[in-house]
Amino acid sequence: MPTTFTLNGSPITVDAPPEMPLLWVLRDMLDLKGTKFGCGISQCGACTVHVNGRAARSCRVRLETVDGDDVRTIEGLSPDGQHPLQVAWREVDVPQCGYCQAGQLMAAAALLERVPNPSDDDIDAAMERNLCRCGTYIRIREGIHRAARQMADTAGNGSVPEEAK
Amino acid sequence: MSGSAMERRQFLKVTALAGGGLLLSSYSELVASDAASTGAIGGAAAPVALTGHVRIDPDGTITLMAQNPEIGQGVKTMLPMLIAEELDVTWESVRVEQADLDTDLYSGQFAGGSLATPMHWYPMRRAGAAARQMLLDAAAQEWGVSRDALETAEGVVHHRASGRSAPYGDLVTAAAGVTVPDPVTVPMKDPSEFTIIGTPRGNVDIDPIVTGQPLFGIDVVQPGMVYAVFEKCPVFGGQVRSANLDEVRAAPGVQDAFVVEGGSDLSGLLSGVAIVGDNWWQLNQARRNVLEVEWDEGDTAAESSEGYRAQADALFQQPPQRSLRRDGDFEAAYPAAAHTVEAEYHYPFLSHTPLEPQNCTALFQNGHLEFWAPTQTPERGRAMAAELLGIPQQDITLHLTRMGGGFGRRLSNDYLVEAAWIARQLEGTPVKLQWTREDDMRHDFYRPAGYHRLEGGVDERGRLVAWRNHFVSLGRGDGFAPSASVRDTEFPAGAVPNMSMGVSLIPTGVPTGALRAPGSNGLAFVYQSFMDELAHAAGADPLQFRLDVLAGAGPETALDAPRMMRVLERVREVSGWGATRLPEGTGMGVAFHFSHRGYVAEVVQATVSPEGALTVDKVWAAVDIGRHIINPLNAENNAQGAIIEGISHALGQEITIADGRVAQSNFNNYPLLRMSQTPEVEVHWVESENDPTGLGEPPLPPAIPALCSAIFAVTGKRIRELPILKHDLSWG
Repeated sequence: MPTTFTLNGSPITVDAPPEMPLLWVLRDMLDLKGTKFGCGISQCGACTVHVNGRAARSCRVRLETVDGDDVRTIEGLSPDGQHPLQVAWREVDVPQCGYCQAGQLMAAAALLERVPNPSDDDIDAAMERNLCRCGTYIRIREGIHRAARQMADTAGNGSVPEEAK
Repeated sequence: MSGSAMERRQFLKVTALAGGGLLLSSYSELVASDAASTGAIGGAAAPVALTGHVRIDPDGTITLMAQNPEIGQGVKTMLPMLIAEELDVTWESVRVEQADLDTDLYSGQFAGGSLATPMHWYPMRRAGAAARQMLLDAAAQEWGVSRDALETAEGVVHHRASGRSAPYGDLVTAAAGVTVPDPVTVPMKDPSEFTIIGTPRGNVDIDPIVTGQPLFGIDVVQPGMVYAVFEKCPVFGGQVRSANLDEVRAAPGVQDAFVVEGGSDLSGLLSGVAIVGDNWWQLNQARRNVLEVEWDEGDTAAESSEGYRAQADALFQQPPQRSLRRDGDFEAAYPAAAHTVEAEYHYPFLSHTPLEPQNCTALFQNGHLEFWAPTQTPERGRAMAAELLGIPQQDITLHLTRMGGGFGRRLSNDYLVEAAWIARQLEGTPVKLQWTREDDMRHDFYRPAGYHRLEGGVDERGRLVAWRNHFVSLGRGDGFAPSASVRDTEFPAGAVPNMSMGVSLIPTGVPTGALRAPGSNGLAFVYQSFMDELAHAAGADPLQFRLDVLAGAGPETALDAPRMMRVLERVREVSGWGATRLPEGTGMGVAFHFSHRGYVAEVVQATVSPEGALTVDKVWAAVDIGRHIINPLNAENNAQGAIIEGISHALGQEITIADGRVAQSNFNNYPLLRMSQTPEVEVHWVESENDPTGLGEPPLPPAIPALCSAIFAVTGKRIRELPILKHDLSWG
């Protein structure tokens, strides 16, 4: 039975088994390789996407459950690769192997939507479900603070979290 | 001693490219003086050949080939930096391309043993310097001037006297005709002239990484590609007796299913059932829900972690099966010591768990095999595939992909030969073999478990005078199982007047292999923790005690004691060791370790609540890997990652064997460190007058004993068995 949803801003209809995880629909049917497979049991966060603006582990999201929803993947995080988080990731040089980073970026983007000026504790809580096997956590945190600062500057409200100063 | 003494022979060859342009290869041979350090990649003392190369197109495009496999260690950025430096071009002006496996053009195409830097420091620079000289010679000929009158800057040759200049692209066709210089004598820059080496350079793959473009092995797509899953016996080396293939073939999405007979080599193709089709998820469903296999589990089914433990306990009641080293007279010195300590230490099996599960894409067609392979050892993988399929190596093409982590797991090519076998069955159709996380965790080459019994003594002046270690390790055949060995020069060997090292082996059918800092990742925990016990027995400051032991090191030890003393002194200074008043419940521990040519000392600060809740607050590391940190931006990241990995190993990770199979399956029962558990990590470089060496491994080992000693400082509880979180840390 076909499932219809919005993917990175455009409507799409997929004819696939309704219980097929969104991760494999994205990767193998829609050829969007940015969303990664790491564990298959919602433990590592490499497959993090946004469903209706919230971070979701696509390896445990059944296709049928996103019918009518708004799904965003790393490929749709920004039109030009210049989301403040993507810019910060370049400036900080966050990745080592890079495999988990799409999931990290999507989890971080969902956090900044909710909490524009996150504290370290906010970041730890939001990123707790995203593993980095290489151990780039220190730079991930720095990248999130940097992006938050840049977004605040762009918004012109000048509000910067204490630990980002 | 430190690995800086290497013998190199180097040759150059030049190739005119079809579309115009120049491909310059620098081919060299290197003989590592300390072959033992290459043991991590399974090497013997055989010469390792290297290469680097430069491509300049007439339109001025400069492409540097990144020859080594990229597993996250930053080598795809770092090696081309070396070439660019001596080619005298700006980093911004070059393109970097991942090379395929090509043993004619390149050598040393592997990722392991922290060897890329020490092996390629000169050859890559010489490749750049030689290319530059050929461009100078081309300009000299064209302009009728002497080479000495020319200079280069930012990819342009200048003749100052006449004011003439030409970008490299304009000279490249002529350069293809000049005499190829001797790479060993071609002039290289004085380090004071470096503009790229030693400067922070971002990851060359950052754009595809942050925008989610296809980059990794798992992302490979070929026209008409199908997928495969492969079910092996949960008991290592077990064989398929029978399987319900007809039912599997009838499951949704399945095109075919077949039994692979396999062999007995645990690192090669093993028996199993392959299922192929055009939807991987459906194949995996068929495997989980439909496939039933009757296995001949074989002898390994009788093995267990509990069983190894019982054998180790029994072996400790006897003298070691073999002696590795005897200095002085331990039996006389130990009873005469003022203070003595006896302890048993144990560390468990560990799994590598790179975040990208094993995969490989292959196409077999007309007797030719093509791989798109995430592998740390492509040359070995190709040789294994050639032998397995009985085809010549030259009929195999291997494209290297970026890897979602390696850590030593992808030194083994088991998944690659599985893909090769399945591809031949599907002749003409490309196939991607994709493992699950559970496959990865249950079919690894594990960091071997180890058991140590130690006795040590200090004299009335607090000097370490006696040390005996009975190491019960795992064996295969007549020797150590892979990565289960210890060197007879392992510190403190050579620094204790009365020392005895012996080994006994427990045979195992469990596959073992190199995990980041192999050997060292277990031995440092044991030896440095025990040294801490002896420091406390002596009533000495644990850091000063270590300095004193190092000061007594003779020539028969693996490390250069003054280099290690300098990093210890640096970490004392930067951490405020002994000078900082810490709140109750917070303590510091220190450790050092020499591995893979690197000198590292670390201090860990940890807090333990009276109820036993542990927080790792901060780590200070002092690192000596020679006179240059080639890419400091990546080096800091890499060192932090190694330390975080060490803490991750120590805190909660343990693979247990029961009935010949692995009990753990995924990250829910094999925990990786998460962000909230991650300490601040400060890395301090201590430069020394040595050629630069590798960084991937050396910072990992000291983190574990330093953390355990910090816990002891707070709680008085000595961690003698990993992982830490198995223990009750409550105190007070």
